[in-house]
Amino acid sequence: MTTNLHLDRRVARRTVLRGAATAAAAAGTVGLFGASAFATPEKANEMMTKLLGGKTAKEGRVTLTMPQIAENGNTVPLTVSVDSPMTDKDYVKAVHILADGNPEPAVASFGFTPASGKAEVSTRMRMAKTQNILAVAEMSDGSAWMTKTEVKVTIGGCGG
Amino acid sequence: MNRRDFLQVAAAAATVLGVGPGGLARAATAQGISQGDLLRFPAKGNVTLLHVTDIHGQLRPVHFREPSINLGVGEAAGLPPHITGKDFLKAFDIKAGSPEAFALTMEDYVALARQYGRVGGLDRLATLVKAIRAERGDKVLLLDGGDSLQGSWGALQTKGGDMARALKALGVEGSTGHWEFTYGKDRVPGLIEELGCPFLACNVKDTEWEENVFDGTHMYERGGVKIAVVGQAFPYTPVANPRWLMPNWSFGIREETIREQVEAARAAGAQLVVLLSHNGFDVDRKVASRVEGIDVILTGHTHDALPVAVQVGRTLLIASGSHGKFLSRLDLDVRDGQVKDFSYRIIPVFADAIAPDPEMAKLVEDLRAPYAAEYAKVVGETDGLLFRRGNFNGTWDDLICEALLAERDAEIALSPGFRWGTTLLPGEKITMEDVWNQTAITYPAAYRMEMSGQMLKDILEDVADNLFNPDPYYQQGGDMVRVGGMGYTIDIAKPIGSRIGGMTHLKSGKPIDPARNYVVTGWASVNEATSGPPIWDIVSAHIGKRKVVTVKDNQSVRIVGA
Amino acid sequence: MSKARIRLPSTAKKGEVIEIKSLVNHAMESGQRKDSAGNPIPRKIINKMTCSFNGKEVMNATLHPGISANPYISFFVKVEESGTFEFAWTEDDGNVIKETAQITVG
Repeated sequence: MTTNLHLDRRVARRTVLRGAATAAAAAGTVGLFGASAFATPEKANEMMTKLLGGKTAKEGRVTLTMPQIAENGNTVPLTVSVDSPMTDKDYVKAVHILADGNPEPAVASFGFTPASGKAEVSTRMRMAKTQNILAVAEMSDGSAWMTKTEVKVTIGGCGG
Repeated sequence: MNRRDFLQVAAAAATVLGVGPGGLARAATAQGISQGDLLRFPAKGNVTLLHVTDIHGQLRPVHFREPSINLGVGEAAGLPPHITGKDFLKAFDIKAGSPEAFALTMEDYVALARQYGRVGGLDRLATLVKAIRAERGDKVLLLDGGDSLQGSWGALQTKGGDMARALKALGVEGSTGHWEFTYGKDRVPGLIEELGCPFLACNVKDTEWEENVFDGTHMYERGGVKIAVVGQAFPYTPVANPRWLMPNWSFGIREETIREQVEAARAAGAQLVVLLSHNGFDVDRKVASRVEGIDVILTGHTHDALPVAVQVGRTLLIASGSHGKFLSRLDLDVRDGQVKDFSYRIIPVFADAIAPDPEMAKLVEDLRAPYAAEYAKVVGETDGLLFRRGNFNGTWDDLICEALLAERDAEIALSPGFRWGTTLLPGEKITMEDVWNQTAITYPAAYRMEMSGQMLKDILEDVADNLFNPDPYYQQGGDMVRVGGMGYTIDIAKPIGSRIGGMTHLKSGKPIDPARNYVVTGWASVNEATSGPPIWDIVSAHIGKRKVVTVKDNQSVRIVGA
Repeated sequence: MSKARIRLPSTAKKGEVIEIKSLVNHAMESGQRKDSAGNPIPRKIINKMTCSFNGKEVMNATLHPGISANPYISFFVKVEESGTFEFAWTEDDGNVIKETAQITVG
């Protein structure tokens, strides 16, 4: 039996604190990502290089759409789309999503074919804290492209 | 447009639109302002947009003091709406002591409030709207920017129903939301039904399939012009307010969705595209600079009132204030799918100068009748000005914090940085209605808990970043959380984590110890499991004991970097 | 108990690019949490998802513990003929959850 669905000690505490809230019981919470060390920008870059088989990704051609501020760190929606004609000759082979502040930098990878018609994928991810999310595209011509965006995890609760 | 350019344009526009020294100021005294003066307008073109927003449940005329501190950061620093007081008067060439000065700033507020009287009221708004409809006929489109259905006891008891009926009677033809969502996911569809007009929120998706929950755009035809109104609900509703009240809905700014809606509207033949927005002014200024094809943004949420339309590229931004204090009228000459010319005026709803509309007056009375006895109950009196709006302090929240500290026996009190809540003049009685006008929310529990000094710092840092992040898309549009029993220094120019310093426990004069636990009380927690008595009981009990409330000058927050 | 749900249009024109939305009920236990007694909760996630159309793979996904519970994935496919989409989600222990959906192209 798990005790709760909070992400980790830090987020559990923050969740409870939203708007200077009640329930100090959070101090004893053991969260979804446990007490593991978090990834860093360096680890995220290392993982990207590994996924790309040693290649380096250039900035561009990839659009990553995410909220500026997460509403719920357990489930943050994201959409990656890549500028590509998606023909037999020129298509996106794979899209990788990485996070530089979660316990594991790799979040998901998606494989496409020319039959995809459109290089776009949406999913929902966990976020332990404010961090950068990276989206990387591998093209059929061997080039790699990337973008990143910062998503903030906040206490909230005092607006309006 | 840089600041100097803006101010030049603004001054010119203010003169042209009759709010300068040659305009309403001629009326000179409150008694001299007539309904005709308020309605005088250089009519133009084939469309008249009327805009009200953030009425916050106020069916009747009220006092509402504009802020003395309303800081902008980053590119917005020093730009409207981030100018106040004398700077505001100077920027817009408004004469001190004039009706416009009273309506738009807090300069000499108490004296002018006694002179000019109350503002707003649905019956006065109805008179103005009817007169403009009589003048402009089928050219008129009346829109509400959201946050009108919350903020009073009657609105809370009817879950927005009283205001929905009043706005329907006023003839509102489109709306969007923020606090409306805090009545809960099960209530919102019925509330929209009662409002009886399109409720537009292109930026709300369900959390399961990521599909639209509400219509995003509605097409109207006015004065022979096809008008697309795109609605934008408050993007941070589930962050700034309890997510558990709307668990299946996801919000966000979703700039790409706005762009899609605008493009689709143009493709469908819209000649005029209006964004009916609850983003807040700075967010909308950024949207206008990045999304092509929006002619007008009717802004809301941040409660700013500006006497001119702010132009960003080809987009006009309108800021219509709050609490029913203003009705915005924007006349547009739309030809060949373009705005060729416009006139704009923010009409102050001076209650004493406007004949109440009899039908609306009757409706307001009927809507208030069930609560009239409770409203009238006097709990005390104030010998100073009680107001809320301002980035850091308001005397109402000082009083609420004082009440929390006393009634809940705590060392530190926190009160949320809401921008709504009416004003009381020195010497006025404080009624239960006044207390509810500051507190009437669906999650009112006044909690009491222990928090470490570090937690308190984290909260202040987090809220400060919601207000002072230099990127408007990260701003949530509230004011700073109000603190009782503790002082601090804030450097608004610093990044998150390093804005707050000098935290001091006021009673002992000692610095806040990050490792020590403090007994903290507060209200409006977004956490579902929060327990405690409703805040209005705490505040009314405290005022009852004090009998006469004396407002002290609050020196406990020191601001640098502004 | 896992339940998969798919949303896609029932009909499409030849050559049309359609969106397919998929959801599967699953805790996506990260392996990084502890229970109330302090014992590690073993990892159990869906680590792979595939979609084939008339026997040919059109999309695959590799998922890590950073993906939320009840994984939601939406993607696009260009359809040239009527047929059957086959979806498969593979759990850490090798168990496979399957679902199918039809589309008429014409």
